[in-house]
Amino acid sequence: MSVHLKQDQPDNRNVLDTMVQGVIGAALPRPEGLMKVTGTASYAAEYDAEGLLEGVLVTVPIVCGEITMIDEASVLGMPGVVAVLSDERMTGRPAQGMAGEAPFQPAREVRYWGQPVALVVATTFEQARDAAKHLKLQWRVEDAPLDPKTAETEENESTRVGDLAHAMADAAHTVDVVITTEGHASAAMEPHAALAQWDGKALTVHASLQMLKFNRAELADSLNLDESQVRLLSPYVGGGFGSKLGVSQEVVAASLAAIQLGRPVRVVMSRQQVFQTIMRRSETHQRIRLAADAEGKLTGFGHEAQVSNLPGEDFAEPVLQSSQFLYAGDNRLLKLDLARIHRMTAGSVRAPGEAVGVQTVEQAMDMLAEKIGIDPVELRLRNIPEKHPAKDKPFSSRKLAECLRKGAKAFGWEPRPRTPRHTREGEWWIGTGMASAARVHSVVEAKARVILRPDATAVVETDMTDIGTGSYAILGQVAGEMLGLRPDDIDVRLGDTDLPPGSGSGGSFGAASCGSAVFLACDGLRKELAKRLDIASEDLTLKDGVARWDGGEKALNEILGSEVIDCVGHFEPGASTEDVTVSSYGAFFAEVAVNRWTGETRVRRMTGAFGIGRVLNARTARSQCLGGMTWCIGNALTESLHFDPVDGHLANCDLAEYHVPVHRDVPDLEVLLIEERDAAASPIQAKGVGELGLCGGAGAIANAIYDACGARVLSYPMTPDKVMAAMPKV
Amino acid sequence: MAISINGQEYPLPEDPRTSLLDFLRREARLTGTKKGCDHGQCGACTVMVGGLRINSCLSLAITHEGDEITTIEGLGSLTSPGAMQEAFVAHDGFQCGYCTPGQICSATAMLQEIAAGWPSDATQDLTATPSLTDEEIRERMSGNLCRCGAYPNIVAAIRDVAGAEA
Amino acid sequence: MRPFDYQRAERLEHAAQLTAEANTLALAGGTNLVDLMKLQVETPQTLVDIGRLPLGTIADEGEGLRIGALATNTATAVHPRVRSEYPVLARAILSGATQQLRNKATTGGNLCQRTRCYYFTNIDQPCNKREPGSGCGAIKGIARIHAVLGASDNCIATYPGDMAVALAALGATVEIASERRSRSVPVRDFHRLPGDTPEKDNVLEPGELITAVTLPAPVGGIQLYRKVRERSSYAFALCSVAAVIDLAEGRFTRADLAFGSLAHKPWHDPRITDLLVGSEPTLALFDKAADLLLEGARGYGENDFKIPLARRTLAAVLCEATGVEP
Repeated sequence: MSVHLKQDQPDNRNVLDTMVQGVIGAALPRPEGLMKVTGTASYAAEYDAEGLLEGVLVTVPIVCGEITMIDEASVLGMPGVVAVLSDERMTGRPAQGMAGEAPFQPAREVRYWGQPVALVVATTFEQARDAAKHLKLQWRVEDAPLDPKTAETEENESTRVGDLAHAMADAAHTVDVVITTEGHASAAMEPHAALAQWDGKALTVHASLQMLKFNRAELADSLNLDESQVRLLSPYVGGGFGSKLGVSQEVVAASLAAIQLGRPVRVVMSRQQVFQTIMRRSETHQRIRLAADAEGKLTGFGHEAQVSNLPGEDFAEPVLQSSQFLYAGDNRLLKLDLARIHRMTAGSVRAPGEAVGVQTVEQAMDMLAEKIGIDPVELRLRNIPEKHPAKDKPFSSRKLAECLRKGAKAFGWEPRPRTPRHTREGEWWIGTGMASAARVHSVVEAKARVILRPDATAVVETDMTDIGTGSYAILGQVAGEMLGLRPDDIDVRLGDTDLPPGSGSGGSFGAASCGSAVFLACDGLRKELAKRLDIASEDLTLKDGVARWDGGEKALNEILGSEVIDCVGHFEPGASTEDVTVSSYGAFFAEVAVNRWTGETRVRRMTGAFGIGRVLNARTARSQCLGGMTWCIGNALTESLHFDPVDGHLANCDLAEYHVPVHRDVPDLEVLLIEERDAAASPIQAKGVGELGLCGGAGAIANAIYDACGARVLSYPMTPDKVMAAMPKV
Repeated sequence: MAISINGQEYPLPEDPRTSLLDFLRREARLTGTKKGCDHGQCGACTVMVGGLRINSCLSLAITHEGDEITTIEGLGSLTSPGAMQEAFVAHDGFQCGYCTPGQICSATAMLQEIAAGWPSDATQDLTATPSLTDEEIRERMSGNLCRCGAYPNIVAAIRDVAGAEA
Repeated sequence: MRPFDYQRAERLEHAAQLTAEANTLALAGGTNLVDLMKLQVETPQTLVDIGRLPLGTIADEGEGLRIGALATNTATAVHPRVRSEYPVLARAILSGATQQLRNKATTGGNLCQRTRCYYFTNIDQPCNKREPGSGCGAIKGIARIHAVLGASDNCIATYPGDMAVALAALGATVEIASERRSRSVPVRDFHRLPGDTPEKDNVLEPGELITAVTLPAPVGGIQLYRKVRERSSYAFALCSVAAVIDLAEGRFTRADLAFGSLAHKPWHDPRITDLLVGSEPTLALFDKAADLLLEGARGYGENDFKIPLARRTLAAVLCEATGVEP
């Protein structure tokens, strides 16, 4: 049995709301929670296999050029060394998200500093690690541009409506500001890892990957195998944040080694290799122009940005994504330029685009509110457009105003014009700031199988991953609500390409896409049950394993006997999201303390209010928002990739020197989930939640720094040196 | 020539380069202890040696002859989870789960350190008995990175366990 | 990590004898050495485990305190006398690293902690400290965490620790032993400036081991350790100040200051003490003290900010200690 839906129309039926099990949206604990807290959930590198060999990637200290010789003999005599691989099929960089084909090959063509070019395989990890440092390589070096400020650029995207320059000239109030952001790393806690096994015909790889359907195609293409010969397993993934969207170098290398040697091979990247060879978020250089009339209504909106990537890579950090529609302004100029430089591949890092594009706009809005002399919240409220300002498209459900108002209330925001340096506690200036949040919505084709057993238990199967997002929890809850089962009685099986292909985890689309596939499968099962009862499925109520209808009730085992039934749900995005602008929205409020001497900044409290469509699990959704807000703190204050100006290598390639927030950087964070159903977003009326919490919040912190101490810092991250330098003289 | 892990004896590794972390994960097949950075920069590998928490990645296994190691597997199991483990589930003190065993080992040891009266960087008066404020918890847990951003929930879980013990 | 011969020293003499050999290093807590061995920054052929030598005692020595070389950072920071009589030391230790690391890190090992310079820890980059004659990648590179005082054209690395900065302010002494002799060196003279031999961090000779650090009799006063860092915890200092201050009748009677993360060693300038002692605390005086501290300071672009930051951090500490309002 299968049910297919290509969603061309908004679905206003809110079917899940008509169910009675009462589990959808509930703040239930994660079903896999006990496994995670007892250390029994196994991640990619944690499997064992008979005769397992250990591989360590060899990287090369040049920016651009070609490996001309790999002296295998230099290490083959070392203790335990089994082989050196430098196969033409080795990949030099990870695949971009949803590429579905091999990333850049061959690895011997070097395009960034630290690129892996070979794999040393030995009996033990200690032997392989040492030998990898001893492998002698020869290379030819080519000159390559390193500096995004001086590199050649190409226009990636532009929108021109009306005449922004004219609007700026005529405006009562204007802001014209340049703000920069530095590169970011995903820095998922689990390093990239793969354990590959080859049985002579088929390859099985335990890997740490986010999007198995695509990864399988990428790996098969890299190896010149048929997809049917490749099985990927990622039931637990120790964080992704974009860094595991595409198949990465260690997966291909481990697979090649397993095939060549006929033995299982494990390759785990060192933390330094993860930093040096996996996707970075591009640094950005952004110019924001705002033109407003005397009442603070925007008449012009300009957002121009420059980002970078390697030659040949299509991805350009989509900085302008939400700027297209977040605020009004008849005269618009939005332009994205891409500089070609030789740093490791730029790709998706949590919330690509908005994670750096909203906070800059929100800083400019704060500056505009100050010029006009109105409450920054009020300025946002006055500029929520009726329709997409560049396209004649209405919005689907949009809770921006509600988030702004409810967030302000919960935070205790004082609705007044802002004047900095109003409050000091000892050495610390105290201030508050706010920002809007926005993140475009998308959904992706997904399939899931749901198996219903007569004993009122069910199994949900899809190759979807749970990278900490809560997939195990929410897919069980969708099925539980639809089938009238307790989530405890539903076994959710994920992360295996033998299961129906889901969407994968990325772009905040996993829950809505796979949740819809599960929803459709359950709808099919409900119809089957109704058919057997000879009633319309709309008349069927399922709760706690019992079917009820007007005039009767039957337990599932009475309906099914001993039969197990199953249905595959197949969800495809259609026109429902094409005719309207679909996005999730929110608002951030932050209070900071800034040290008057050193510019050190501490976030003291933060509130986020978010409209994400239907909430599938209030607990895991809140946790996603907490995560996003924590990233806002790192984004605002500490996170920055530092590239050497001479040879382009990443200098701070570890967790001691790339500063992700620690416990003490993060105060209690308040999350408000605003009730919403978005009919256009998905058949379950859900939108994305994984990234929204990171889209703009750094701007709230930046604005709070200004409110606290008068330092208008125009460069992220706002480290003590920058804040100190921008502070008015004491 | 043995190391005791969760009460069970394991022979020392042959290769002195073997870190305690790799020894746990590979030789002892106790993969609950995680390798996040291998350089003492993330805390995912936190275990207790003689009751004190350390980064097992920066310790050579061979130096631990005769030591008593406690790992996450020693703090509870699926059928009999410890109080801290249950509190982490109840408060959603994790997302991807990779830093979690280290967080739980660290939190367990931290409560003992507070009970012993050890000060921290967040302690106002070095000579007074430290109290379990949120700021104290956050400072003392700062050696355990969580990239998913579960920090507020982790603090809530610890507060919960500490309150129950107090 | 290269293969090495592992030896466990049973007695101090044995350890000194073993470590006198070429390509031999002593392993104590390992929190720095094992890290660097994994990166092949350190490649000893023999590793002498001194972790079980009986050097972990913290005991009264006259009116002062003797902290064994193998006393862990934790043991020192939680010691009742350190907390009450040498609080600047407890504060400095507690501001460094994490509880996990402090539980392993030792007094001797912490003094011997090597720099965090990105070019030192990356064996594919030039570094005169790691490989004399290979050049310094930091001078024209990412010098954000580097020295502004006492650097040379060969090396701009900093000593990254916190404990030693407090020890320098307190005027502590390092006890050193080898097979043949014992000697004492003031902490202020233990670390070196890089000059032409940046490979030598400190004055230890082969075969010499730190056996203890002794603190002089407690002096009381106001003791502060101020660490400026990018994160609120678990980060190396951009700049730190250890201060032991006393005032009587509105004038400084004691002003022992040391500065961290500004130089290849904990920075101590006796002229600052001379300037302050006997004077009335004022913002102008603090500025003069900063002038002395930063005389000859030189930035390398990325770390230029450390010069004003050091000035302001010093002022912050002196204001806090004296109650002078900024």
